[in-house]
Amino acid sequence: MTALELAQQLKARFGDLIADPVEFRGEATLKVRDAERIAEVCAAAKQDLGFDYLVDLTSVDNYGDDPRFTVVYELYGYGHRCHLRLKTDVSEEKSELPTITAVWRAADWHEREIYDMMGLRFRGHPDLRRILMWEGYPYFPLRKDFPLSGKPSEMPDVAFTKAAPLEGGPFVTVDGGKDSTVREPRSRLPEN
Amino acid sequence: MATVQDLEFKDPAARVSGAADELRDMQGEKMVLNMGPSHPATHGVLRLILELDGEIITKAAPDVGFLHRGDEKIAENMTYTQFIPYTDRLDYLAPLANNVAYALAVEKLHGIQQDLPPRCQYIRVICCELARISAHLLGLGAFAMDVGALTVFLHTFTEREKIYNLIEALTGARFTTTYTRIGGVSRDLPPGWVGQCRKFLEEVVVNFDESEKLLTRNRIFVDRTRDVGVISRADAIDYGLTGPNLRGSGIDYDLRKAHPYLVYSQLKFDIPTGSVGDCYDRYLVRMEEMRQSVRILRQCLDQLPDGPVSIPNGKTVLPPKEKVLTKMEELIHQFILVTQGENAPPGEIYFGAENPKGELGFYINSRGGGTPHRLKIRAPSFVNLGILSHLLPGCMMSDTVAILGSLDFVMGECDR
Repeated sequence: MTALELAQQLKARFGDLIADPVEFRGEATLKVRDAERIAEVCAAAKQDLGFDYLVDLTSVDNYGDDPRFTVVYELYGYGHRCHLRLKTDVSEEKSELPTITAVWRAADWHEREIYDMMGLRFRGHPDLRRILMWEGYPYFPLRKDFPLSGKPSEMPDVAFTKAAPLEGGPFVTVDGGKDSTVREPRSRLPEN
Repeated sequence: MATVQDLEFKDPAARVSGAADELRDMQGEKMVLNMGPSHPATHGVLRLILELDGEIITKAAPDVGFLHRGDEKIAENMTYTQFIPYTDRLDYLAPLANNVAYALAVEKLHGIQQDLPPRCQYIRVICCELARISAHLLGLGAFAMDVGALTVFLHTFTEREKIYNLIEALTGARFTTTYTRIGGVSRDLPPGWVGQCRKFLEEVVVNFDESEKLLTRNRIFVDRTRDVGVISRADAIDYGLTGPNLRGSGIDYDLRKAHPYLVYSQLKFDIPTGSVGDCYDRYLVRMEEMRQSVRILRQCLDQLPDGPVSIPNGKTVLPPKEKVLTKMEELIHQFILVTQGENAPPGEIYFGAENPKGELGFYINSRGGGTPHRLKIRAPSFVNLGILSHLLPGCMMSDTVAILGSLDFVMGECDR
């Protein structure tokens, strides 16, 4: 059985809730139109279609578009060895969708990471805290409107607060300053 | 004159009730112990907040993120090629394998995976397997040291040193290799390298035997690892474990076999699996995987074809320098590749590779252009650690060390 056939089965079961499967580079992607029902779709994919392994769970910020966020679920079944991707959109005003920790426990840390990095809340998650950033950090760093150089935060000693120069990357040579060979000599002069 | 003092004996009934009182006082009294972030057994900067009842763990809360560098954010702000050095720093014990996994993911997005020349594919397999041996040797050495067998650590590090010498001859760097390019590798094998590698394979097998003699039937090691940290098949799947930790629980799943990439489908090797899912099984699986890697490496060195090591197409891979300096077209390609990056088609892909720690996956969401719109790294160590809060409660405090050692994680990859 191929991933596309499994995707068709899932679509047949949920009808209009799921858009037609898209294939790219041999991978099937299904879009779930209503994020509120994602847990239901996931449970069906696991129980009836044998997708027992949640490979990955991630989020995309479509900054400037509406709805702003997309949550991406990568599923895999050890039985049929097929991969399927589910996607669902979440608007910025809502920023909330149901958790799937009841379906796969692996989703626990993944959902915490999405909350931490993108600011989406998972309703019903047993322990929705930040995971990579520290507790109390005020921003969501993977959002597109968060600058690469970072922002100053309330806890000055925890992370740097000065913006790094951006043009040309963090190791840019400043006009009139020392050039990189002087700053980082390739070989040290022999000491006499 | 010496005085004799009578020892005071309480009557037996009173003694028993007193002990019961004491016991009652002690019950319900739990201690919270912080293990890490700088503890030798946490292999980096993992912090465990353990709630202890005596020596039994009643609750465990892993705290990760101390090494978070925002690699995914960084990836969105640079071209695909520029991100290769950052992949060295994910699982920094197997940088070559990370380079290969990342390059394959980007090549999948471009749809050029099948165009890779055979020699490039073989070299990449050699890289992956050398990285696997190196990573498993360190994992094994550190695991053995954590449970008290220091000698093994010295044995395995002797061999790792030889691997580093090979890697240095191959890539020019010992640690941060940045060896692959999108559509190839940065340079061919240096002259004489195949012979050096063969010599190393002869020596490392002897070393495996020595390490096994020191551990596999060692009473102390077996007592500390057998039936400790048992992960059932169902739990392993539910928590999304991958790599040796999954196979230790008896699931015969290896991406090199299940979805062969590069030339793995043409190579003969076996996938070892455990039966119980305890720390000892995970140790045995890693030990056997190294032997299988040696087997793969020998086949690769025997079958290594001649030919180019990169896709001979200036639009994907940087053209040769002499042509850039003499030909107009190559100069333009070089200029475009360096300043804009290769134009990727819009779309999204996920590619997972069997790395030493498990499935290292890259989800790339492209909107066209030379930089990814979103690049997500599915780090095996991050996912494998997710099971700790389920696995540790009920274990003895001292088993934590054995369990952490047997899970074999790298925080550089976990925290990204």
